[in-house]
Amino acid sequence: MRVALFITCVNDTLFPGTGKAVVSLLRRLGCDVDFPAAQTCCGQMHVNTGYRDEGVRLARHFTEVFAGYDAVVAPSGSCAAMVREQYPKLVRPGSRGATAIAEVAPRVHELSEFLVDVLKVEDVGAYFPHRVTYHPTCHSLRGLHLGDRPTRLLQQVRGLELVPLPGAQECCGFGGTFAVKNPAVSAAMGADKARNVLDTGAEVLCAADNSCLMHIGGTLSRQQTGIRVMHLAEILAATDGGTRS
Amino acid sequence: MSATFLGMPGDFPTNAARAVKDSQLRYNLRKATHTIRGKRAAVVDELPDWHELRAAGKAVKDETLRHLDRYLLQLEEAVTAAGGHVHWARDAAEANRIVADLVKATGETEVVKVKSMATQEIGLNEALAAEGITAYETDLAELIVQLGDDFPSHILVPAIHRNRAEIREIFLDKMGDAPPGLTDEPAALAEAARLHLRERFLRSKVAVSGANFMIAETGTLVVLESEGNGRMCLTLPETLISVVGIEKLLPTWRDLEVFLQLLPRSSTGERMNPYTSTWTGSAEGQDFHLVLLDNGRTDVLADEVGRQALRCIRCSACLNVCPVYERTGGHAYGSVYPGPIGAILTPQLRGMSSELDASLPYASSLCGACYEVCPVAIDIPEVLVDLRAKAPHGAAERAGMRVAGWILNDQARLARAQHAAIRLRRLVPKRLPGPLSAWTDTRDLPEIPDESFRDWWEREG
Repeated sequence: MRVALFITCVNDTLFPGTGKAVVSLLRRLGCDVDFPAAQTCCGQMHVNTGYRDEGVRLARHFTEVFAGYDAVVAPSGSCAAMVREQYPKLVRPGSRGATAIAEVAPRVHELSEFLVDVLKVEDVGAYFPHRVTYHPTCHSLRGLHLGDRPTRLLQQVRGLELVPLPGAQECCGFGGTFAVKNPAVSAAMGADKARNVLDTGAEVLCAADNSCLMHIGGTLSRQQTGIRVMHLAEILAATDGGTRS
Repeated sequence: MSATFLGMPGDFPTNAARAVKDSQLRYNLRKATHTIRGKRAAVVDELPDWHELRAAGKAVKDETLRHLDRYLLQLEEAVTAAGGHVHWARDAAEANRIVADLVKATGETEVVKVKSMATQEIGLNEALAAEGITAYETDLAELIVQLGDDFPSHILVPAIHRNRAEIREIFLDKMGDAPPGLTDEPAALAEAARLHLRERFLRSKVAVSGANFMIAETGTLVVLESEGNGRMCLTLPETLISVVGIEKLLPTWRDLEVFLQLLPRSSTGERMNPYTSTWTGSAEGQDFHLVLLDNGRTDVLADEVGRQALRCIRCSACLNVCPVYERTGGHAYGSVYPGPIGAILTPQLRGMSSELDASLPYASSLCGACYEVCPVAIDIPEVLVDLRAKAPHGAAERAGMRVAGWILNDQARLARAQHAAIRLRRLVPKRLPGPLSAWTDTRDLPEIPDESFRDWWEREG
């Protein structure tokens, strides 16, 4: 299957390891992957901060870049939710933009959705002998309704011990520019999330969004907890030959 | 909306920063919101048709709002036919004047009140005080707030920010007839309030209430409450004045069925509401006045995205699940409507010309928990984002977002920015300056990698 990768601007710039893990994982599962180089950003930061015009320009760019692909895979619940849930609200119903979005949006899948719903695999042949807890990020949970897809995938990873995270469904406090506009509340939410992660005794915190992991991970690191954060793709790409991403 | 209520001056981020440092407040809020949250989830899960009920609630409200003018006239006709008097108030000042004149006409200088959001919104107690009329709150939590010379912190549980030890202190300090040796046992506190209020109910000739619902076809008003104090207010006095927002309408008596299921489950986590009182016109010789309050509501109605906020039935389920509210409490929002619904309703009713009101649409991480629990399916995140597009933005932020948009709109520019970041990464300080220090004050920055994904792909992909 020929798959276009939407790596997202945050992953591209700050977390290239996630993109590499997606490539290695999807190739291992027999996909022919392509990275349309003209891709940039879905526009979520602009739209959600109140800069709709800039956001709409980025959305238009996205729909042009990814038009014509059968499947687009994104290692981000948040950016996939932006395209699927928010794009249609940005344009006038019946306009040309609305048609373009209606064509592309349903073909955009978050990674775990693509694996479970499209490729129909839950055991991706990964090996990761560590104690892991999973944080279902808000947009994965309430935007895309990923449900237990990510944890079903993690449960099939050999050697991995999945421990439940108390208060898992509560927001970590990142919220894009919320972290900068309301720093005190964001930090308080992050601290509570970090405490819950610590309580699990896990070595690794996993999620399907690097931005949330950057916030929780930055908090865990500042507190010198020694807990690592890893994107779901990185764990699923790991084999007994090493993570190689 | 009048600017009478000023829980805190300043903007939301400043107020919130103060609130999150208050450990007692944080503990009280967390305990209360998590308890109600759990109860709500349990009783909602019991109903196999919750989603249908929610859709019905939304549909009834939308239908009402679409033909609000028609239903309001129908209501006026029905109330008048049943011997009541209907008054129309464009704004807070007009509503306050109407109520004050009605009270003065009775010759009384004291009124008892059923807890009412609309009268708080217009600052009625303060307006009456200026006319020499004392308003006594009779809802237990409202009484605590009033005696403590405080502001409500929650729509349903106004004293949510207070624990029982604090309440005991307030009673001993401010309630003249508090029994000596009062303990902080909830039963003892409730009994003290009951005795204090009984005297008041029996003496009062005038009462002021709000209403949860008004029914257009019959002219009936409905109040839901938990203590029975509201019913005492509604039935004992000779004159009853109800101040109600024009959006509180339901077309038919039958529509009430949906809301009597949605509201208690969403608000208190109960299957059925303890005290539901209904009255139509001047029942049993009581003189009845209905003040229909606009105060910005027709402006909200004119907004295509924002008008869904008028579906709100003030259940406060969104407050109880909101991670931001849970850590700040209601005062930080500087409005009688705190939490997620307040963050969209207040700036719509008041406009966004003050710093506080302009900051409210940003008082959310857009986690979506509020939308999920809303019994009338108000897409609060959608309205927040829409209001942010209309909110005033600072020049520095505007410039920054424009530059970011310019860079992100073109792959070559993005790649050049990435290369610059990589080249300069050793120069990034551990503590960032300006607004970005908000990040590095409490969190470590991620390392900038030595190669972007697109460069790796170019090389190896």
